[in-house]
This record gives sequence, C-alpha cells and structure tokens, in this order.
Amino acid sequence: MTIAWIELSASSSGRASLLAAALVLVGGIAFLATHGQQVPDYHKFHPQSTPLTTIGGVWHGAIHLEPIYLIQLGLLVLIATPVVRVITCVAGFALGRDWMYAAVSLIVLVCLLASITISGL
Amino acid sequence: MLLFSSLVFLAATAAGFIGSLTGLGGGVVITPVLALLFHVDLRYAMGASLVSVIATSSGAASAYVREGFSNVRIGLLLEIATTCGAIVGAVVATHTPTAALSSIMGVLLLFSAYSSTRPHPDHLANTADPLAHRFRLNGEYPSENGIKKYEVQGVKSGFSLMFGAGVTSGLLGIGSGALKVIAMDRLMRIPFKVSTATSNFMIGVTAAASAGVYLRRGWIVPDVTMPVVLGVLVGSLIGARMLSGAPVKILRYLFAAVVGILAIEMIYGGITGRL
Repeated sequence: MTIAWIELSASSSGRASLLAAALVLVGGIAFLATHGQQVPDYHKFHPQSTPLTTIGGVWHGAIHLEPIYLIQLGLLVLIATPVVRVITCVAGFALGRDWMYAAVSLIVLVCLLASITISGL
Repeated sequence: MLLFSSLVFLAATAAGFIGSLTGLGGGVVITPVLALLFHVDLRYAMGASLVSVIATSSGAASAYVREGFSNVRIGLLLEIATTCGAIVGAVVATHTPTAALSSIMGVLLLFSAYSSTRPHPDHLANTADPLAHRFRLNGEYPSENGIKKYEVQGVKSGFSLMFGAGVTSGLLGIGSGALKVIAMDRLMRIPFKVSTATSNFMIGVTAAASAGVYLRRGWIVPDVTMPVVLGVLVGSLIGARMLSGAPVKILRYLFAAVVGILAIEMIYGGITGRL
C-alpha cells in the first residue's frame, strides 16, 4: 500500500515538473519578446543579492506577471518537486506504520529544509 | 539575447538527447558547454546545470518507479548521505575559486568518460550484509527470466561513497549519477538496472539540497537557465522515445570522446585562469 502511494506521488511529480516547464516556457517567450534585442552578458558574475534569490521575492515578482520572475517561479517549482516527493514518502510510510522508513524519510526532509536556511554560510 | 537563447536551447537539446540515449545523463556536459562555448560564468553555468538535472530526474523517476526497477528504501536511506554531502559540497563551492572548480570538474569528466566505456557485468552476491536485513534493503526486480531476487552487501561503504557523491554533486552542480551507480553496483552489489533506476530517483533529491544554497547565492539566473532546462527536457524526451533501434554503442564512444575533449579544455582553462 505504501509503495502504491509512492508510485502515485512519483507519477504526479513527473506531471508537476511538466507543468513547471510550461511556466518556464511561457515566461521565457514573454521575456524574449520584451528583451530579445538586449545583448547577453553572463561572462562576469554579479554577486549582489536580488529579489530573484529569495522565495518571497520571486513570488512577489511573479504575481505581477513579470516574465523573468515567472521563469524563476517555474524553476523553483521544479526544484520543489523532489522535496514534495520526500514529504509524500514520510506520509506514506507513516500511514503504512513503517516507522523506521518514516523516520529515514523525515531525516532526508530535514536535510533538504536545512539547505534553505544554511545557505547563509 | 534571442540568438543566445536559441543556440543554448539547441545545444541543451542535443546534450539531453544523447545523454538519455546513452544513459549517461546530459547534465555532465551542460556546464562545460556553457562555460567554454558560450562564455557564461562558471557559477551561472553550474546553477543552470543543477536545475536541468532536477528536471530530467523528476521526469525519469516516475517511469522507473512504475516499472518496478527502483528500490525506494535503498534510495531513501542513501539520500541521507547524499543530501548531507550535497549541502557540504555546495557551501564549499561558494568559497572555492572558479579556476579550481573547473579543474576538479575536468578530472571528474575524464573519469566519467573512461567509466562510461567500461562494461557493466552484474555480480550478484548470495549473502547479504546484516545491516541490509535490518533496514530491509533486499528486494526483487523484473528480468527476462521472471522476477529475480537480490541481496545487498556493503551498506556502510556504499553509504560513505554516497556522501562523496553528494559532495561532488553540490560542488560541481551535477547529478553525480555515475558515482551513485558505482556505489550501488560495485560496492553494494545491487543489479545494474536497479542501481541506475534508483540513482535516477535519488538525483533530484540530492540536487534539490544544493539548489537551496545556489539560489541564495544568486547562481541560478532565470535567463540563462530557461533555455537549458527546456532544451534538456525536450532532448531527453525525444531520446527516451527513440531508445530502441539506436546505435547506442557508437553513440556511447562518441559521447565519451566529446566528454574527454571538454574535460581537457576545462582543466586547461582552470590552470590558465581563463575560467
């Protein structure tokens, strides 16, 4: 039963990533339509922190339908799909009363969440 | 900008296509191609590569779990090691000069070019590690001769190598699929098909752990990543459809040769300080 649950979550995460890719595509077309003539300059690294580097900042730009933020939101959804997959593993194993693997997937989840907060190092 | 995006999209499509046909994953060539051909800063290139690795893994994971090859328990247990390693790798990467990163990447590329041309015999063990019993890792998978059982060995050494795979993934913005397969296939004696499927399941989770660090550091820029992710996804979808009837062996050697050349360029670029 647990495995069936995880199979379901795996196939829905596949679908979620396609949805995210569609968001990236829409944002990308809008971005190229408005910035297509701009000269690309990615040779130098600009380390300043922008709203694009925080989840709140990306969300704020995306609800104002700014193309570059729509792309970034799609990328964030892509990054989140494996995290959601681990969350469903925690729930699936707990429902199946497999406490050992509920704990194992919970540790993985804690590591993943830690990576968002630890990045200030 | 339009020209840049189109060319990057085409290159990424080719990488995703050949990567999925040969089973090597296109992610490993994305960073060198962006850095060497398109003169993108190494950090931006690594960010784009990391996100594209997650995208292809999520797509492939669903197929593999359904076919019954991947072992979810083994995957989750080893993910403890890979996610911790990935965070360490990503934090170290943000404090490492790009010249050093590109040289390390070159060495790793040389290694994966070499190992991709080696054969993969299944060496199944008939005695399991007591730890494998404790964590219920032993499993079964569908083969030509019906359902086959396998016993897992070397849990501790596999777990340690997985930590290393996580570190390289975070350090270089790649999936480290090759190292993960070696840990499972050679050390833990898990059948090759189960190893590759489980590795694919794990790659996305491992990469997501470093993605948090990369994002906050400003390494993931939407305008560079967009054509890369879309290209790799399209390429790998086409590749997966064409899997039967393609001259995989020739492609494999061709791809290994390309990876080898890129590796030498990366090391040269690192030593001369161009990258």
